[in-house]
Amino acid sequence: MFKALQTLGSYMMLMGKTFTRPERMRMFFKQYIKELSQLGVNSIGIVLLISFFIGAVICIQIKLNIQSPWMPRFVTGYTTREIMLLEFSSSIMCLILAGKVGSNIASELGTMRVTQQIDALEIMGVNSANFLILPKITALVTMIPVLVTFSIFAGIIGAYATAWFGQIINQEDLTYGLQYSFKEWFIWCGIIKSLFFAFIISSVSSYFGYSVEGGSIEVGKASTNAVVCSSVLILFSDLFLTQLLTK
Amino acid sequence: MIELKALSKSFEGKNVLKDINAVFQNGITNLIIGQSGSGKTVLMKCIVGLLTPEQGEVLYDGRNFLSMTKKEKIALRREMGMIFQSAALFDSMTVLENVMFPLDMFSTDTVRNRIKRAQFCLDRVNLIEAQQKYPGEISGGMQKRVAIARAIALNPQYLFCDEPNSGLDPKTSLVIDELIHDITTEYNMTTIINTHDMNSVMGIGDDILFIYEGHKEWQGTKSDIFTSSNERLNNFVFASDLFRKVKEVEMQNMEG
Repeated sequence: MFKALQTLGSYMMLMGKTFTRPERMRMFFKQYIKELSQLGVNSIGIVLLISFFIGAVICIQIKLNIQSPWMPRFVTGYTTREIMLLEFSSSIMCLILAGKVGSNIASELGTMRVTQQIDALEIMGVNSANFLILPKITALVTMIPVLVTFSIFAGIIGAYATAWFGQIINQEDLTYGLQYSFKEWFIWCGIIKSLFFAFIISSVSSYFGYSVEGGSIEVGKASTNAVVCSSVLILFSDLFLTQLLTK
Repeated sequence: MIELKALSKSFEGKNVLKDINAVFQNGITNLIIGQSGSGKTVLMKCIVGLLTPEQGEVLYDGRNFLSMTKKEKIALRREMGMIFQSAALFDSMTVLENVMFPLDMFSTDTVRNRIKRAQFCLDRVNLIEAQQKYPGEISGGMQKRVAIARAIALNPQYLFCDEPNSGLDPKTSLVIDELIHDITTEYNMTTIINTHDMNSVMGIGDDILFIYEGHKEWQGTKSDIFTSSNERLNNFVFASDLFRKVKEVEMQNMEG
């Protein structure tokens, strides 16, 4: 309990150090653009790939296991859309990104710490937390709505693929289901949730990476801890945010 | 000039530094020597402010670093340059970008002037041809030279080197030593070098501070070492046959 409070305290202190005005806006934007590419653009491929296949699989599973003569034919499309919008493209996609982006951030900062690159920044009089962490957080928070939107579209295309190539479902039924009782707010729900998750992934992973002490083994541990802690926090906050946003 | 007054530091109740008093003059190379684990790196980290000592004062030309405000400390840090044991170059940047980094952060000069200054520093360490390479593409010795170029980019008044020769062959070590020594006299900087390389001690040890188990055991010049009767110092410096022979020859020369 004491250790958890100590960790929370040092995380808050690090965030206090991070959220200050950047020394040189020019350097901040340079880092920000680099992080947009590294954390966001480089994740588009995996987001599209996973979302496409999950969209297709959800569609097949619902068609084969849920659909019955007692249910309307559009239920497959409708359920696929709701799952993609409400949970998969925001929460599950962020859990996947916690693995990819979180470990990337923690290992990058951890390596910088053990090779004294962070010390070098501090000696120069640079606020290393602000210089290294703030661009990562802002970049991921900026890119996450784009990734969520891409994920939703890829999932829906995946569902259509089952109709086009697998002939599992009738295309008209799927389209009708996807459009049936559509609530625009659900898209916003997904995006709002993902913004919180993006903050969790980037800040928690940065904390674990930045506070590494030791060598390569500790960097590996920090990377694992970053992914585990981010995932658990995403799941907890998903519970609260879902309650809050769908009331 | 850097002055240390009664500096003490402990970790979990264990005293790592005990009441260190020393003066490091500018324009000469000041060496801190001692066995591994004697507290050299902790002392260096306390001087540059990466660690906070429990007691004592660190005076930079009379300005007490430990009693400064955060803003004053940041301003003073811009007068410091440091070369780390691992060179600590930024992997994602080219050699030129690494040297330009402090200029980009703190200089209000135009981009053209910043590039010019960075190229001048690289030229000073004979590395102008490697400016577009990444740290991973150059040798350890070259990385150390880039670190020196980066450290002097902002014309610092204080230069700190933490084991600059570690992992380098003797010939490259000499190059690095000479470079640090030349830059120190050229810019009249206060340079402190942490080392246990005896070649550096004999070569550029203008002033040497010997740390033993966290306390100041001895301070003097490289020529004082040969005449010192301090047993711990002699056991450390003349541990190898080669250096014992060097001492014998040097003593004979002195007597002659």
